[in-house]
Amino acid sequence: MTDLHRLSHLDQLESEAIYILREVAAQFERPALLFSGGKDSICLVHLALKAFRPGKFPFPLVHIDTGHNFDEALKFRDDLAERTGEKLVVRFVQDSIDQGKAVEEKGKFPSRNAIQAVTLLDTIAEFKFDACIGGARRDEEKARAKERIFSVRDEFGSWDPKLQRPELWNIYNGKIHVGENVRVFPISNWTELDVWEYIRKENIELPSLYFSHQREIVWREDLVFPVSKFISLDNTDKVETRTVRFRTVGDMTCTAAVESEANTIDDIIREIQVSRTTERGSRLDDKRSEAAMEDRKKGGYF
Amino acid sequence: MDILRFITAGSVDDGKSTLIGRLLYDSKSIFQDQLEAIEKAGQVNGQINLALLTDGLKAEREQGITIDIAYKYFSTPKRKFIIADAPGHVQYTRNMVTGASNSDLAIILIDARKGVIEQTYRHSYIVSLLRIPYVVVCINKMDLVDFSEEVFLNIKKQYLEFAKDLDLKSIHFLPISALNGDNVVDLSTSMPWWKEKSLLGFLEDIELHTEEESPAPRFPVQNVIRPQTTEYHDYRGYAGQIRSGHFTVGDSITVLPSGLKSKIKAIDTYAGSINTAYAPMSVAIRLEDEIDVSRGDMLVVSGQEPTTSQDLEAHICWMDQKAMTPGSKYLLRQTTNAVKASIRSLEYRVETSTHEKKEQTSLGLNEIGKVTIRTAKPVAYDPYSQIRGTGSFVLVDEGTNQTVAAGMLL
Repeated sequence: MTDLHRLSHLDQLESEAIYILREVAAQFERPALLFSGGKDSICLVHLALKAFRPGKFPFPLVHIDTGHNFDEALKFRDDLAERTGEKLVVRFVQDSIDQGKAVEEKGKFPSRNAIQAVTLLDTIAEFKFDACIGGARRDEEKARAKERIFSVRDEFGSWDPKLQRPELWNIYNGKIHVGENVRVFPISNWTELDVWEYIRKENIELPSLYFSHQREIVWREDLVFPVSKFISLDNTDKVETRTVRFRTVGDMTCTAAVESEANTIDDIIREIQVSRTTERGSRLDDKRSEAAMEDRKKGGYF
Repeated sequence: MDILRFITAGSVDDGKSTLIGRLLYDSKSIFQDQLEAIEKAGQVNGQINLALLTDGLKAEREQGITIDIAYKYFSTPKRKFIIADAPGHVQYTRNMVTGASNSDLAIILIDARKGVIEQTYRHSYIVSLLRIPYVVVCINKMDLVDFSEEVFLNIKKQYLEFAKDLDLKSIHFLPISALNGDNVVDLSTSMPWWKEKSLLGFLEDIELHTEEESPAPRFPVQNVIRPQTTEYHDYRGYAGQIRSGHFTVGDSITVLPSGLKSKIKAIDTYAGSINTAYAPMSVAIRLEDEIDVSRGDMLVVSGQEPTTSQDLEAHICWMDQKAMTPGSKYLLRQTTNAVKASIRSLEYRVETSTHEKKEQTSLGLNEIGKVTIRTAKPVAYDPYSQIRGTGSFVLVDEGTNQTVAAGMLL
């Protein structure tokens, strides 16, 4: 038997992610897995099953509910918690607004994306979470491409890109002072295509939003926007019904759909392989400025 | 499909970010919206500024330099690539070490007009110290030296002369122009004398081996999985990632540092139990006997034990503003183990550009030296030259919690 047994790229990425999840379990006292109902955090839950079964997860699933979520994503979240038997914690951005801690944006495209950070930081403080696992990937955005797998945040939840700890081999240093927390990104090295190939390989269930369906939409800045009670329509908006799917799932106010007939994972993979735009090209929140993501992260956002 | 992880190194303005941009651009791995964003940001010499694809921080774009590593991803039908785009400035050496620690290959860029310079020496030394198996020396900006084969050959000779003293296993040379794309993805029509592959062709075809010289089985324990449910009442699985070699059910096992012995009863994964597991798989191992095993211990196949000692010798790269002085205490993290340690002595500091060993009393930021370390408890390890995964460590300052050094055991 040879020792040059090579794992496929998906097996290597999976093994690395499991290792990282287990490091979180070992190095932190009160970790949490931030769960949004999107495909990346669904993959994280699947990886956690692989890391900790037949035991329970050493952390709860935490959802920061902006109040602008797709119903399909919320239902999927609740079903998943029930199916796995794992603990789900939900905290609401609306509560932060009601308490006067967060201020709702005004204008034609108001988004709760940025004020999510307020509720997240309060939730971290409430449960004294010392590590928050998230499904961010470095291929998503150029500021994320710079981030470590264990990313230390100060007591204000702020990221300082100039003062990142060196991160060597696969030795992760999770030591922090009281009040600080670490954001951990086990699938940092995955690309959008890797995620989809992994979903296919592992036969992972997803919300129906990711597959082609008919939906009422309006056009906003050349993007296909879902009509919902959270966006305000005026005379200039023309509501149409189109066959669409979502490539990324965030709030209904900032996630655009793509016109697509892709009905199966195979179709989706083929579609992504020939796509000429990034996944985040359909997120209005990233298009606000050249450094939109970097600025949000400095403010405590994921 | 497998993964090739590589780092790009070179001095400021040697064109690292441009090279990566070119690799992504010519291999059609850049998306339309990313392209539009950098096109909007302006042009350099009438061309789009490909460096903007990797310089992701505001401060980097403002200053036009790379401060921290950016990781970039692309794939071809043959391979997935992970690029660590490391900064060239001396002051960011620690970030280069960070990127190098996980790389299988290093691209060292040389400006054809300047030839081998101090940063080339420094980066090559780090690549050698971290034992990156493959080095590709890209002689860039060939368009500025009339695509001269003579210039290329002279620099190659100059590099080989200096690399004699380094421990580099495999060195390849390529003449390129990152700005114009010559020999990056497509072969250049301006250098008909170049009969070999383009850089991408080379990266696609290079054969990868990991730790092939020392496949001794190593399994550091991360966690103990004990569900304590009715169904799994007596279940006790040792979770971890195999660092090298392979483990098979029935293998005789020694637990280090305790020296306790047992046999492998089962190797579990979520998909079910398997008979043999290879590096770098993450699995859970069950043993036949109920012995004391916890995080930080290492399971090895009996008869192939590594060294276990409280006295260690290592090369370290110092990464903190506050200098290292002998006598200081740190937390040493090696595999899944964390143990208190004190630096006994600094034997010498290495002048990375000349390889000279200099006597010194302390190590400053970005300096590399050889030290002896005493640990509070015995540590099981292999020399870094044999198994990277068990021969590497970091030192953590327990006051600031910062990672202050990267270490390679001898």
